[in-house]
Amino acid sequence: MADLIFTDQNFEGEVLKSETPVVVDFWAPWCGPCRIVSPVIEELAKEYEGKVKVGKMNVDENHTPNHYGIMSIPSILFFKNGKPVKTMIGAQSKENYKKSVDEVLSS
Amino acid sequence: MFDVIIVGSGPAGLTASIYTTRANLKTLIIAGHAWGGQLQLTTLVENYPGFPDGIQGPDLMIAMRKQAERFGPEILDDDLKSADFSKSPFKITVGDKTYEGKSVIIATGADPKMLGIGEEKFMGKGVSTCAVCDGAFFKEKNVIVVGGGDTAMEDSIFLTHFAKTVTVVHRREELRASKIMQDRAKRNPKIKFMINTEVKEVKGDQKVSSAVLLNNKTNKTSDLPIEGVFVAIGHNPNSMNLNGIDLDEMGYVKVQDHMKTNVDGVFVAGDVHDSHYKQAVTAAGYGSAAALEAERWLSE
Repeated sequence: MADLIFTDQNFEGEVLKSETPVVVDFWAPWCGPCRIVSPVIEELAKEYEGKVKVGKMNVDENHTPNHYGIMSIPSILFFKNGKPVKTMIGAQSKENYKKSVDEVLSS
Repeated sequence: MFDVIIVGSGPAGLTASIYTTRANLKTLIIAGHAWGGQLQLTTLVENYPGFPDGIQGPDLMIAMRKQAERFGPEILDDDLKSADFSKSPFKITVGDKTYEGKSVIIATGADPKMLGIGEEKFMGKGVSTCAVCDGAFFKEKNVIVVGGGDTAMEDSIFLTHFAKTVTVVHRREELRASKIMQDRAKRNPKIKFMINTEVKEVKGDQKVSSAVLLNNKTNKTSDLPIEGVFVAIGHNPNSMNLNGIDLDEMGYVKVQDHMKTNVDGVFVAGDVHDSHYKQAVTAAGYGSAAALEAERWLSE
């Protein structure tokens, strides 16, 4: 599940209608900090397999980021029941990301 | 027990590691959660020797890290939480673990300075310290770049690829940027300059919508409609959590001769002590010097 890619096409089915909470990593290949965050997000995908869906969306190839007002990457958005419930901007520590996932899971 | 603990993973920290590991010193790098330092936030680096066509900042850091990893340091992609520099072995705490090092090289670098006018609340909503990361979200929008140094010029030029207009807002009469960067910015038809001008407030509802500017010569205030504020006014040294290490009034680590701090066995390299040159290549140079000093100190 580590390489789940979200697109405009699958966003509704994979994210908005997901049974489990979803973590979306908005990124682009030209963004240095995104390259730092990517492997951390992939680790989260493994650690939370079955409990949380984790994937990434390339902001260059999709319009969905505009819809959520993304103006800075990396932006990590946490979705629950089809709604964004938390946003984390910029490269942050794995510990911070895990804290947020746990919060979203227990909320 | 490590021979050397290096705190930081920019050009200074990684170069230091290349030297210490090649000298067979058991080395731990505390790389930080956003490893690689300021070059991760840049595009084309044209003044790092060895790359005749320039190299992308993040690519340079990935290459440096690979080169460092080749010689087998342990690397933790996590932040320094606290340090005990009272005596060797020094104790460095990361997360809930504490590591001991006979010597330490502090190479924690510097982070972008903010304006201090409450603009942080618009981070990710129009305020940015990373033009390279966020520029693409300002297509056909009007933005300002605050600052007058090389970073401000570089950011402005980069932003012209996306923005409708870019206005450099600088509080002094003269730009601090190098001649070549100033010329490039001034030649660009999309870039305007507002000198002697200070940003007093960033306004907006959900997102940035304008900036209140004060001309400090005429004392006139204006409200400029813009959607992006790129802050490029310099950096603050990352010297918190360095209990017992002497800092100057600006927070830079005080250097004694040859990369030494006031604590015997603790060395320093890069932007956390260097408020003067602040170049990738000088940071790398300081990293090598600090490593050589640590090696010498350990063998004594």
